[in-house]
Amino acid sequence: MSMNREGRPTRPETTSETAGGTFTGNRALRLEEALIFEIGDTRTTGVDLETAPRVGSRLGGLERNRPIGLPGLSEPETVRHYTRLSRQNYAIDLGLFPLGSCTMKHNPRLNEKLARLPGFADIHPLQPVDTVQGALQLIHELAHWLCTLTGMPAVAMSPKAGAHGELCGLLAIRSALEARGDARSVILVPESAHGTNPATAAFCGYKVENIPATAEGRVNLKALKARLGPDVAAVMITNPNTCGLFERDMRAISDAVHAAGGLVYCDGANFNAIVGRVRPGDLGVDAMHINLHKTFSTPHGGGGPGAGPVVFSAALAPFAPLPFVEKTADGYRLIEEETAEEHHAQTFGRMTAFNGQMGMFTRALSYILSHGADGLRQVAEDAVLNANYVLRSLEDVLDAPFGKSGPCMHEALFSDEGFAEGFTTLDVAKALIDEGYHPMTMYFPLVVHGSMLIEPTETESKAALDQFIGALRAVAERAKAGDEVLKGTPYFAPRRRLDETLAARKPVLVWKDKEVAEAAE
Amino acid sequence: MRYLPLTPEDRAAMLARIGAKSIDDLFIDVPEAARLAGPIAGLPAHASEMAVERGLSALAARNVAASQIPFFLGCGAYKHHIPASVDHIIQRGEFLTSYTPYQPEIAQGTLQMLFEFQTQVARLFGCDVANASMYDGSTACWEAIVMARRVTKRGKAILSSGLHPHYVSVARTMAKFTGDMLDTALPELTAAPDAERLLAAIDKETSCVVVQYPDILGRITDLAPIAARAHENGALLVAVVTEPVALGAIRSPGEMGADIVVGEGQSLGVGLQFGGPYVGLFACQERFVRQMPGRLCGETVDAEGKRGFVLTLSTREQHIRREKATSNICTNSGLCALAFSIHMTLLGEKGLRDLAMLNHALAVQAAERLAKVSGVELVNDGFFNEFTLKLSKEARPVVRALDRRVLAGVSLGRLYPGVMTLENGLVVAVTETTTAEDIETLASALEEVLA
Repeated sequence: MSMNREGRPTRPETTSETAGGTFTGNRALRLEEALIFEIGDTRTTGVDLETAPRVGSRLGGLERNRPIGLPGLSEPETVRHYTRLSRQNYAIDLGLFPLGSCTMKHNPRLNEKLARLPGFADIHPLQPVDTVQGALQLIHELAHWLCTLTGMPAVAMSPKAGAHGELCGLLAIRSALEARGDARSVILVPESAHGTNPATAAFCGYKVENIPATAEGRVNLKALKARLGPDVAAVMITNPNTCGLFERDMRAISDAVHAAGGLVYCDGANFNAIVGRVRPGDLGVDAMHINLHKTFSTPHGGGGPGAGPVVFSAALAPFAPLPFVEKTADGYRLIEEETAEEHHAQTFGRMTAFNGQMGMFTRALSYILSHGADGLRQVAEDAVLNANYVLRSLEDVLDAPFGKSGPCMHEALFSDEGFAEGFTTLDVAKALIDEGYHPMTMYFPLVVHGSMLIEPTETESKAALDQFIGALRAVAERAKAGDEVLKGTPYFAPRRRLDETLAARKPVLVWKDKEVAEAAE
Repeated sequence: MRYLPLTPEDRAAMLARIGAKSIDDLFIDVPEAARLAGPIAGLPAHASEMAVERGLSALAARNVAASQIPFFLGCGAYKHHIPASVDHIIQRGEFLTSYTPYQPEIAQGTLQMLFEFQTQVARLFGCDVANASMYDGSTACWEAIVMARRVTKRGKAILSSGLHPHYVSVARTMAKFTGDMLDTALPELTAAPDAERLLAAIDKETSCVVVQYPDILGRITDLAPIAARAHENGALLVAVVTEPVALGAIRSPGEMGADIVVGEGQSLGVGLQFGGPYVGLFACQERFVRQMPGRLCGETVDAEGKRGFVLTLSTREQHIRREKATSNICTNSGLCALAFSIHMTLLGEKGLRDLAMLNHALAVQAAERLAKVSGVELVNDGFFNEFTLKLSKEARPVVRALDRRVLAGVSLGRLYPGVMTLENGLVVAVTETTTAEDIETLASALEEVLA
């Protein structure tokens, strides 16, 4: 049993410990680590500061005189604490991360190096623009690449993530419709859409209705056409869709929506499948967000930061948000509220303070310049090739609901059909953890039972794919045979399956100190 | 190409396995009219690391970095010293290249870090709970207004005139679409913030009052009377903290009665980066937890009874609740939250208090020195590390004229273009990175240009 500095047990007695329990609870390189609140204290600091000169306080009598409760550690203890924590995480750097629609590709370190150049990292968003011309030029160049790759005339760079980009696109759509006196109330979203799509639509004040899919996993064009009308503001389509399939009818969908007076939002999360081979602008799209942290390699960072610039058609360009960068004869300008009046009078406004995710722009441009137009096209081809290889290598052992109807794009979709009674996609996922993999996307999209969505990306070697295929085959066979051992997986991860029900029923969201915890008991 | 492991032999073998003649067979579902025959014209081909580095370094060299010259800009983004370990730790592959911790068994590093982060933010802000971060302070501020609407079922928010104008602008933009009514006002160059106006405006239709602390001009408001008046009327107090280091010196908004406290964490661990990525902080009192947006990390146990952490209360979020979610947010600002948390751990409470006192003391000295310059008047009575000067002429051209010698601060003309009552205003931020020489340089430069 390990104790913290206050003599309080940090872990309940373990129950089914295998032979060779240790004093520390560690297992060689698998090191347990307590919370900073258990090992640090409020008088310790790992930062040396100069002593403040004595001055009369100008804090207006609002001095903070109660203890805050922020523990500190020396530098060695801090480095050790976080290094130990890091070793409890799976990561792209460690192995294949087959998450469908997340595009977990390699994160190049050149990106990190260049983002840290002081000329990019150490500039303030409100500096006079003549002191940041290089930064504005970078944003402009990235914007040019994004427009050219998508075949769209304009782009909003400021959204901070994909969902923020969706919001941007829908607000532009709403503004455009209101500007022509034709405000509408409904947005159509496929059942297979990512949750952010309906959430964003609702946030913008729209009523969300589902578009059914065909048996082939694509948008039912006939049903869509039947539903279009003067109350439909837009459709939100993901292409390739979340089943990993290209929407063949995309042009027809766009044409039908436009004919009915609506606009087309495209969720660009799956752009990795088509970059350099297809331009969404050629398919009638009016707005599409691009996840720089997916297609363009900026790191996922354990949950962000991302960036979600939005490309716009000519119909929506006038409504794009502030701020944005403009190139003039004598340099680059930043168009903010002040200059908007001049030539961007219809902007729907500002979506975020300052200028957007500059740190992600530098990384994305570094990646784009590295690949170039030819490389990016190869990226899409290898991504699609890898996914089809996984699909065909496993479809004899796992049910691929759309495998018969043709190739997939950059991701392969399987269902839990054929698993023994009581065996689920969850069991397969947790067993994959023991095999040394992060599980694939599970239970998404909703349109397939027990869905498993696998996106290998182009940065996996054939050897890595072969090993993954072998592992998934082995686990799938066990699920079909009803191997009870699967039910307890993972056995070898830093933690066994965690009680999520307990966490939701009795939420403990912050550390409570000894006295507080005891009082609560 | 260095990021593409497949060899031509691999590709051939894989196509054979798939039963496709060429890669084009796999793109068969793309209509002919939409197929691009080859790489898009007009864009350059691939480049070596060296070439990319050369090109982007040239762009970087065209910018004046904060480390190069005396630097006094603040207004929601601050130049602080980040200890060297922070940037090393966040570049560990297991942090940098990991994903949202949806599979907790192999993400305890991220989850434990988030639990620590949530606790640090909650304690710093004086609240019961905090979430696992938002995009930035401005979007967190908007989400707080939306949350107040959900909680009170009212649609009128009063925004203090001291709220960052970009934050106001974001709220205005969003409110156009949600129908929230916003009561806003421009700040005035007075020592007193607009507490009187707020107290008078709060009524039984108010969902929340939003007060920045310290405000855009650096002034510090006593939040307690505003909280009291809000609560009397069934409204919430939302406090906005754009400089978290201040909370090492001044009372937390939570202990003064704030219901929701949001802010920008950039000051700790996250560099200036021309405006992003930053890290939104969001905290509130216990009774509002289920209305919070964003990810939440909670403690639990695993099948062997060991303590562990998981994302929890996910029924609030988009991937479960879809159109009924409390927000559409998916990605947060995980790596920046980590950087914030590491910096905060290195500082500890003692370090944070010392850092805050150092910031304040240097700012007091700077204010006193600058107030002596002919043509310069100090607007503030109280401030933390940022204060407003009223110059004898328009400040924006002054800042531009000086910008190769000293980055003198943020002119109010930049933030409030066309507002004549503010055009002589200059907001000056001083941190532990500011030296006495820097202050002298600024003083002399102002002396010259205002003579």
